[in-house]
Formats: sequence, structure tokens, C-alpha cells
Amino acid sequence: MAKIRVVLPHHLKTLARVDGEVALAVEAPITVTSVLDALESAYPMLRGTIREHETLKRRPRVRFYVDQEDISHDPPDRPLPEAIASGREPFIVIGAISGG
Amino acid sequence: MTGTRVLAGTRKGLFVLTSNAKRKDWAVSGPHFAGWEIYHAKGSPVDPDRIYVSQTSSWFGQIIQRSDDGGKTWFQPGSPEGPQTDEMGMPKGESNKFVYDTSGETGRPLTTHQWYDGSQHPWEFARVWHLEPSPDDPDTVYAGVEDAALFKTADGGASWFELAGLRGHETGANWAPGAGGMCLHTIVIDPRNHDRIYAAISAAGTFRSDDGGATWKPINKGLHSQYIPDPTAEVGHCVHRIAINPKNPDILFMQKHWDVMRTDDGGESWVEVSGNLPSDFGFPIAVHSHDPETIYVVPIESDSLHYPPEGKLRVYRSRSGGNEWEALTEGLPQEHCYVNILRDAMAVDEHDPCGIYFGTTGGQVYASADEGDRWAPIVRDLPPVLSVEVQTLP
Repeated sequence: MAKIRVVLPHHLKTLARVDGEVALAVEAPITVTSVLDALESAYPMLRGTIREHETLKRRPRVRFYVDQEDISHDPPDRPLPEAIASGREPFIVIGAISGG
Repeated sequence: MTGTRVLAGTRKGLFVLTSNAKRKDWAVSGPHFAGWEIYHAKGSPVDPDRIYVSQTSSWFGQIIQRSDDGGKTWFQPGSPEGPQTDEMGMPKGESNKFVYDTSGETGRPLTTHQWYDGSQHPWEFARVWHLEPSPDDPDTVYAGVEDAALFKTADGGASWFELAGLRGHETGANWAPGAGGMCLHTIVIDPRNHDRIYAAISAAGTFRSDDGGATWKPINKGLHSQYIPDPTAEVGHCVHRIAINPKNPDILFMQKHWDVMRTDDGGESWVEVSGNLPSDFGFPIAVHSHDPETIYVVPIESDSLHYPPEGKLRVYRSRSGGNEWEALTEGLPQEHCYVNILRDAMAVDEHDPCGIYFGTTGGQVYASADEGDRWAPIVRDLPPVLSVEVQTLP
């Protein structure tokens, strides 16, 4: 089990009732899918807010950043970098900059 | 009746405004769900402590919130604390799951509707516009959604299923989105026969079910809309809002994109009752709780200019069920006013005298405790108001 750090945007922190980062135990392989499965398992209220129900497609205005890179368009089952898998850097979920 | 609770949904959260039966002094709580769009909030007619809220975001999707204590505390009914899982091992979190029913048994195939450019576009869920709690059961609620469809919960909002007969109606390919999307925005349940349900869709028109929502028929005879190729077509009309006469539910009133309309036969035919209104464009329409021939609209300049004519915010009241209208202005701004009043942002209470409430895109919520004769703002500086409902508390 790897310990993965996840940073959520403000509105999802409020919804999940958490402050700061979320720490998750995730079984290898460490991918976007496995991290989000673990996140939604610990915080069921986040289901449907980051990726769609049923299709599990990323919602259009949500982005994933890892180690200073936007990996939103990468295949969700591709292994994440060692920096994320080791817990050195957080997996960042961010809302696209738009609106008021 | 001793209390009054107004639920104001805004672009940046829900506000709960409470008063006694005099409706003069108000307490304001909120924002609840700060930063989220609250398209609608409505209490159960059989349990006023039970309130349902549609909380939405273009970023993070749909959330359903529920209160069982009159708005003091809130929870998501389908997201229990802790790792409760379903038979597939996935955690539950279903109160925001609105999936069109395409099953062979109860569903209809996922068809297409008109897109803005006239092409066909598949149905896609965007948000819940309107929540209509059942008049019988606090755990049963209907939800009108974008892209237009009707959903229902029978477990207090924990899970939702589609009543697919409406979306799957044979005319669906001719439905089209209005500027706000293709939304089912109005649900009216006949107070005499709860299996008779009316739904209004922009831009498709009004539909009626006589079997609890299983099957539907369009009821748009008499409507005339210049902006569609056939102005008297069966569907395609941009109905903005309908309201039912509580004493004689065969009578309903409609604010259409243009035209104020009335039916005396449950929607089988409509006649125009715009009469002497300065403009018959508008969004909300409401019926007095005790005097069913008294109705209210807020005229808006035009489809291009979404603000009151002459910069004067005037509610118009008819005491004759339409055609003859009087302007109600006392306490409302009569110069330099350029706000809009959205379709779900007007409500009436059941006190005597009847109270009327409406919210504006400028963030004011106005109240009248005397049938519209005099108005005063409860609050002035909220985010744009999307919806207003009122509960008359025992």
C-alpha cells in the first residue's frame, strides 16, 4: 500500500469536510484511476464531482496536476510518476480557471 | 400559522430568511453551500422541516442536499458517512446520480433533440433545475433536469430514477434548448389528483401526465409562438412557467416567452390573457393562495432586453384571472431598475392576508405581506437570486 497525498479544490474540500491535504492508502499500480477509486471510497460524497457517474470520464472543467505537469489528457490507467507514488509530491485536483 | 421561512437560492449559495406571521422582521442565515449555484430549494408540504436543495456547479456537477430540521443542518442523503459499499464493492454516493433510464424494461432509448444550430444532439445531464416534493410523502420528490427529463426519488433523495416516458416522447427530436439550456423547469402536481402532473420545458412546451408520470401528452393548443417555424406547432414553445389554481385545479396560468395564457380545462386549450400589461414577456407567474382568480406577473421589456420596462420594477396583479391588470409599485424602485426576475424566483405563502415574495438578479428579495399592495426588501445585496420558495410554518 502506498500512501498518496491528494490536494482538492476548495469546493470539494467543503463537500468532503476536510481541511488541507487528504492522505490515502492506495494499492499499486498507482494511477489516476486507482487514486480516484480510493478517494471516492473514503469520501463517497465526491462521486460524480471529479469524474462522471457510470462512464468515469473526467469532468471537462476538472484538471489533474502531478509534479508540475498537467496530465489531465493522459490515459487514466497510466502509472503516475514516482514522486506521486512515493508521497513526495501530491496529486492535485484543480478546477479550471473560469467564471466568477 | 405562526411562522414564515423563505428559501432563496442564489448563484453563490442558499439563504434562509425567517419571520413570524406578521412578516415584518426577518432573520437571515447563509450562505449555505457557499460558492455553489443553488438552482432550487423547496420544503415538503407534509413535513416543513424536510427541505431539499439542488446544489450545482459547472465544474463539479450536481449535489442534492437535504435538511430534516428546517435548514439548521444539512446532509447528502445518498452519501452515508463511512465506507458503505454496494454489491459491486463500490461506495455508495448516489444522491447526485441522475442517469437517464435506457433499460428495456422501464426506460427509453437515449435519443436526440435539436441543438442551437438546428442539428440533432444527444441528451446529456447537466443539472437539476427544480425539485417538487410530493404532497403526500416527505421521502418522495420529483426533479426536473437539464437536458429535459423528469426524475423521482422515493427514498428521501438517496437515489433517483427517471420517469422516462417524458424524455422518450415521440416529439423529443423537435425539442430545443433555450438560452439557459434545455431544461425541465416547472413541475406542478394537481392538488386534487396527485397522479395528474404538469411539466414545462424550455423550449418544448407544457406536458401533462394522468398516470403519475408514466405517460405524457403535450398540451399546447392555443399557444402561438412567432419564433418557431410553425407558430402553433404541437411542441417547440418556450413556456417559462405555469402555476395552478389551488381551489379549481383545472385552471392554470402560464407565462410564456411572450404572452400570458390561461386554461380552464387542464391544459387542453389555452387563451391569451395578457390584456393591458405593458409587456407580456416575463418569467414567473404566481396564483394567490386564497383568491384563485388573483394572479401575479412581473413584465420584462422583451426577449432581447431582460429588464423591467422604463426601468420601473412593477409587479402586475390581476383580480379577474387575467386581461385586466394593475401595477403594484409601492416600495419597489421606480427608476433606474434593470434587474430580472427568474422563473422560479416568485412564491406565495398561505397566511391571511396572502404574502408574495420574489428575488431579483440584482440580489434583492422583496416581500409583500398584504397581497402585493406594499413591498419591502428582506435583503438587498445577495448574489443573483435564482429561486425563491416560501414555507408557511405551523
